[in-house]
Amino acid sequence: MHERVTANEIAMTDTDPVICFKDVSKIFGRVDGRGDLIAVDKLSFSIAKGEIVAVLGKTGCGKSTMFNIVAGLTEPTSGSATVVGHNPFREFEFFRGKIGIVFQNDRLMPWRSALDNVRLGLQILDADSKESEATARRWLERLGLRGHENDYPHALSGGMRQRVSIARAFAVNPDILLCDEPFSALDEMTARDLRAEFVRLVRQNNKTAIFITHQINEAMEIGDRVMVFHRPARIAYETHLNVSMSADERSNVRDEIMRVLSHEQPKPDAN
Amino acid sequence: MKNTRIVRFLQAAVSMLLLAAAWQILSYVFPPFLFPPVPAIITRTIDILITGSLLADVLLTAWRIFAGLFSAFIFGSILALLIGQSKTMENFVTPVLTFFQGIPALSWVVFAIIWFNGIEFRVLFIMVMTTLPAFTYQILDAFRSMSKDLFEMTMSFRPSRAKLFRYLIVPTIVPGILTAWKVNLGNAARVVVVAELVGATGGVGYQLLRQQQLFDMAGAMAWTLQLVLFVLVVQQTINAIENWALRYRPVSERTM
Repeated sequence: MHERVTANEIAMTDTDPVICFKDVSKIFGRVDGRGDLIAVDKLSFSIAKGEIVAVLGKTGCGKSTMFNIVAGLTEPTSGSATVVGHNPFREFEFFRGKIGIVFQNDRLMPWRSALDNVRLGLQILDADSKESEATARRWLERLGLRGHENDYPHALSGGMRQRVSIARAFAVNPDILLCDEPFSALDEMTARDLRAEFVRLVRQNNKTAIFITHQINEAMEIGDRVMVFHRPARIAYETHLNVSMSADERSNVRDEIMRVLSHEQPKPDAN
Repeated sequence: MKNTRIVRFLQAAVSMLLLAAAWQILSYVFPPFLFPPVPAIITRTIDILITGSLLADVLLTAWRIFAGLFSAFIFGSILALLIGQSKTMENFVTPVLTFFQGIPALSWVVFAIIWFNGIEFRVLFIMVMTTLPAFTYQILDAFRSMSKDLFEMTMSFRPSRAKLFRYLIVPTIVPGILTAWKVNLGNAARVVVVAELVGATGGVGYQLLRQQQLFDMAGAMAWTLQLVLFVLVVQQTINAIENWALRYRPVSERTM
């Protein structure tokens, strides 16, 4: 990886939480003037280095708002949200090259080839041109896209485009990865392959990751920990998972998650 | 693809030949001072192109169009980006631009003659004032149509303003800029003739005024064709740039 990112590696001990929310709330004013919408309500949690946390919840439960707060794209209305001890919204530039995001849709720039899309983050980080090209090629190859470097996004399938967006996030070698339902639009076979690839890459590179999903199986397949959100974003259930768990134990966890999800109160303004 | 291009060219050529044939028929019916024969117009057109002193008038007009459009493009881009980033700026600038849009080109010609002495500055002023609102609005539209998804994605890498501009904003507004140039080119060609007709001592507009005074229809047509040819050449150049710059766009085989 290029020098700039290495020089900015986050100086923290392994025991410090990488992501820490304390009583975080986010309230939006409704466009139609019908009062305020509480998207996140006094949310508290912490995530340790190297942990993969899967966040589950129904549509509109505030998962994406929490995600945007961690990414520094939204500022909390109250409470404290820190990433490696810094405010991701206020200290926006501090996080340059430290957070990688894989969005729900691939968000590739249509005017850039697959290779240039992967290079985008590196170019923003002022990486050397030859080095950034080599890094982008390496990531495309790792994700099975060798030979497609010069293809424009419209010439790639949905799965291939999402692979490019994963490569783009990993290429800058971030310490933290945020994924917002990145495989939800893909067919099950492609999604399963990409999930496995994603977990392997996160583990190999010792990243910390938040993975938002609305699929229980996906959450359990990916997460070391699963947090279930109820509307407005608050933790209704939380459990740790590990590889030594038996099939029965996993099944029990699955049933419990299902029960918690199905017991969520209906949306107050759903009628 | 190559065949499609040839067919398109042939269709365009046939339509122009039909227009020329219709004119030629009219030249048999009416006297030559009203409808001169097509060969006479072509001869005059070629004369202008190969006679240095006459070609200089064409190039002068071409330069005036380019200088006017380029200046309006620069000012329009700056205004569009300022308006796009500040609601206050929009509230201040938009009413003025809308007011300017309502002023006829001929009024700007009169204002320019009253206000300024230099011919070139007069023409430049008229060109800028008549094309600035359109440039601003078209570039502003392109800026505002920027994808929120792509903006958030780019911002996730925490770019500096300069890099955001280079990697996201410029590629986003390029199609709008090219459209603005194409649309304004035709307007500019019309306005420059009016400006030269009234307030200049050279250029295609000035030569058209002379042909009118001499009652020379073949000359008027030949000078008009110079301007049309110029616009066509520049349009084709912009199209070529557009095809290159927007080569990433998928092309559907099915037409509407």
